[in-house]
Order: sequence, then C-alpha cells, then structure tokens
Amino acid sequence: MLCQFCKVKEATVHVTEIADNKVKKVDACAACAKEKNYNDPTAFALADHLLGLGASQKMEEASEAVGAVSCDQCGYTQADFKKSGRLGCARCYEVFSEGLDSVLKTMHKDVRHRGKVPAALQKVLKSSQLLNRLTKELQDAIQREDFETAARLRDEIKAAKAVA
Amino acid sequence: MSVLDFLIPPSEASRRNGPHDVIVLSSRVRLARNLRTVPFPSHSKKADRMKAFEALMPVVRSLPLMGPDAFSESMDKLPALEKQILVERHLISREHAAKNAGSGLVFNREESVCVMVNEEDHLRMQALRPGLQLRQAWMTIDSVDSALQERVEFAFAERYGFLTACPTNLGTGIRVSAMLHLPGLVLAEQINQIIQAVNKLGLAVRGLYGEGTEALGNIFQVSNQMTLGESENDIVERINKVLLQIIEHEQNARHAQLEKKPAVLLNHIGRAYGILGNAWSISSKEAMNLLSFMRLGVDLGLFRDMPKSQVDELFLRSQPAHLQLAHPLRDKLASDERDLFRAEMLRQSTSSFPRPDPSLIRPPGGPTEGPAAA
Ligand SMILES: [Zn+2]
Ligand SMILES: [Zn+2]
Repeated sequence: MLCQFCKVKEATVHVTEIADNKVKKVDACAACAKEKNYNDPTAFALADHLLGLGASQKMEEASEAVGAVSCDQCGYTQADFKKSGRLGCARCYEVFSEGLDSVLKTMHKDVRHRGKVPAALQKVLKSSQLLNRLTKELQDAIQREDFETAARLRDEIKAAKAVA
Repeated sequence: MSVLDFLIPPSEASRRNGPHDVIVLSSRVRLARNLRTVPFPSHSKKADRMKAFEALMPVVRSLPLMGPDAFSESMDKLPALEKQILVERHLISREHAAKNAGSGLVFNREESVCVMVNEEDHLRMQALRPGLQLRQAWMTIDSVDSALQERVEFAFAERYGFLTACPTNLGTGIRVSAMLHLPGLVLAEQINQIIQAVNKLGLAVRGLYGEGTEALGNIFQVSNQMTLGESENDIVERINKVLLQIIEHEQNARHAQLEKKPAVLLNHIGRAYGILGNAWSISSKEAMNLLSFMRLGVDLGLFRDMPKSQVDELFLRSQPAHLQLAHPLRDKLASDERDLFRAEMLRQSTSSFPRPDPSLIRPPGGPTEGPAAA
C-alpha cells in the first residue's frame, strides 16, 4: 500500500482516527507520518486494543494538551498515560483532566457520572445544589423587584449555608 | 487453612440453581474502587501497595456479609495450583492469580461475595449468583460497597464518579455479566448474528474465562462495556432485558432444531455420550464441547431422571487445575497424561448415566424453566 500523502513510498504507519463522528483510516510512510504528526503509532496499539478504536488518537491529543506535566502525587507522566492507557492515582484525573473528556467520549455513554454517589458526599452535593438554585431564584426575584420573595430566599440561603 | 478445604466441592457447587439456569449458568456484578489517598496498585511502589493491603484486608474481612468464617489470604500464600482452581471457579481473575505479596483475596462461605485486594484497582469486589439474578447480585454488592464506605474513603469526583486505574471502568466502576450456554444458537449458526446485535447495544461477548478467551463448550459471557454516563440500575436493567431476549432466541433455536433437524441434534448428543463413555484421551477443549451436548440432552429430557448438576459437575472437574488436583502427581502431571486422566475420569463418571432415549424428549422452555427447580 502506498502512502496516501506522497503516493511514492510504502505506507508503514496505519492509524485509525475518529473525526466528526467518522472513522478515518490513515496510511502513511514514516516521513509523511512524522510531518503530519501521526508518529509513534506502536505506542498506541495497546491503548487502541484496551480502550477501543480512536481512543489512542484522542489520548495523544490529550497528552499533548497537558505538555510535560506530571502528577504531583504519584509522579505519573503523560508518557506513562500514553503507554499504558491507565492513570496512576486519583489526583491524576485532575492533573490530566484537560482533553480527558474527548478520551472518555470514545469509550463511554457520556462524560458525566450518573450513578451512585458516596453517602457522605450526597449531603454536601445536595446542599450545594440547593444553594445554587436558591441563589438563582434570589437573583430572579431581585430582578423583578419582588423583595418579599427575595427576603424569604435570603433567609433560606442563610439556613442552607449553616447546614453545609 | 488451605483454600481447598474451604471451597465448596464440585458436586455441591453444581447443585446450586436459580431462575433460567437452563440457559443462564451464572450472574455476576463487579465493582472497582480505589482509596482516595493511595496511588492505584498497578503504578504504586511496594510500600503503597502494602499500605492499601493493610488498610483494606481487615475491613473487608469484617464485613457482615462475609460472615464469621470468611476465607482471607495474601496471594503469596496460595500455591499456583490453588490459584488456578480459584480462576476455574470464577472467584478470581487470571490477572489476580499472577499477583503475590501485597495482593489479597477474601470470600465468604457461600462463595457469593468475593473481594480481590490490589488487582488493577485497590478493590475489585463481586457478587455471584446462579442463574439469571443480576438485580440481586447488584443489590448485594451495592450493600457491600456502602458498608465499606463507612470505614474507608474511596476516590470519587463529582464529575467522573468513582476513579479507577483504567478510564474504561470510570464512573460506576461496574461490570455486569452473565454466563450463557447457547448450543442451540451455535448449531443453528445464528450465534454470530446474535453477537453482532449484542455488540451494537454496547455489550461485550467473550469466552468462558473473559477477555480474549475461546467460547469453549458453547459458553459465552455477556457484559457491559460502558461504565460512565449511565446509572448502575440502568445498566443492570438494560443487560437483563438483552439476556431475556437471548434466552428466547436460544429456546427458539432449540425448538427449530428439534422440529426441522432432530437427527442432527440426536446425533450430536448420542456421539457425545458415546465418546465420553469410551475415549481414552480427551483434551479440555473437546471435553467442554462434548459436555455442552450432554447438557443440552439433559435440558431436552433425553436422559431419564438425570439432573443437569451431574453434567455441570463434570464441566468443573474437567478443567485442568481441578483435574490435576484429583491426581496424585498434582502439578507435576504433564498435559498429555492429563488428557488420559481426564478421559478416565469422564469414562467412570458417565458410566452410571442412562442412555439417551429419544422417546423422552420434551420441548425446550418447558416446566423446568424458572427458579428453584431442585
Ligand atoms: Zn509519504
Ligand atoms: Zn497521580
């Protein structure tokens, strides 16, 4: 198979990427692959195998986005992430968060958790959601100059804050 | 105490039954969890792994569901053959069998709740049930998880849910799976269609021992792949629905074979009976495939008064480690000698089986379907 870019040399780099929801296969020679930034495909073979088609490409983008960052808790680097397709510790999810969503999109239904929440956290989350809602309602009430409602909401916010 | 003294013997283990167990051999729900402050096991230093091990083992062992006499051991204390036995019982993964000091295992008497410490994540905990009982398995492991959360703090982010070493397990950390016996769909050559349809629904289909293994004995594992963006209940219900459909397809396939090509069916079952009773060397693969037809024969009522547990027991006892365990040489038994020994065991065990009798045939999906058909 000839390289799809120069159409001269034999294609030795084969990458599958997902762009605009379409699966695109790239077959390039080593020189063109390097020029077009499709280098080091072998490092991603494992990730593609583990995480599904297109994950490695997204992961490369994600790791490029964070540059030379390493995790301050476990020392995990972008190269480790790239090579293993795994993260080192809980903190890694913050350190490498940039671009992580596009990786997750290739493997999950959505990028937001909709399942079980630890009981200890449930209370905190509920009260912060309540605070957000009350604050918004307060702003609305002030906007339409409904000061009676605004006063009630202000007291509710004060109470909610005391609990949280 | 050796794990061998603790495990339920094959004859007893195969007598467990549950809803739809003609087709669904077992149900399992697994959760992945990690400690918030310790690096994940795959990347961490020995000291960190020991820290997680020492923090988690006593907490897991003291779970109410583990009972007063749970089995609890460090992986380096288990000989290779015993680890292999645990893999064949589906209590641990092949990856966990390769672990040593710093990794551990805890499971209860009934073998219904099993926790691996320091596999790929700090905790891989699973609830196992015979037949189709995914909801019950989820409820069990959910309560184990909640009980643990009172004692230890898990890595959790509001956005991403429970944090795992591999982002493929992120969010719920849940893996819902069932083991299915589908000889009808294989014979009817409909199995690939079914697998493709199931794949399209975001579910994976694998062989007997999980990732990358062959579908020996017409046994298939169906499980979810996505763990983030959907609640545990939704995942369980979705798979449950798909499984009920597969059960229906399998029953229809058996019906159709029986109506259109009864001779093909009887030929497979009769030959399986003949070979198992007379062969002098059988590989594990061949044994599994023959036993699959024996089980189908039992399901169809071909063997007078024979419960399927007798075949299921042989499935287990034909596995390499179970076979080695029964031999005086144990792990020094060479694989060709193992095939001879397997054939001997199967000859002896099947000598008491009644001959298949076509006049006894009953259509699939009959009154034996459903729970507690003891
Ligand atoms: Zn080129
Ligand atoms: Zn880290």
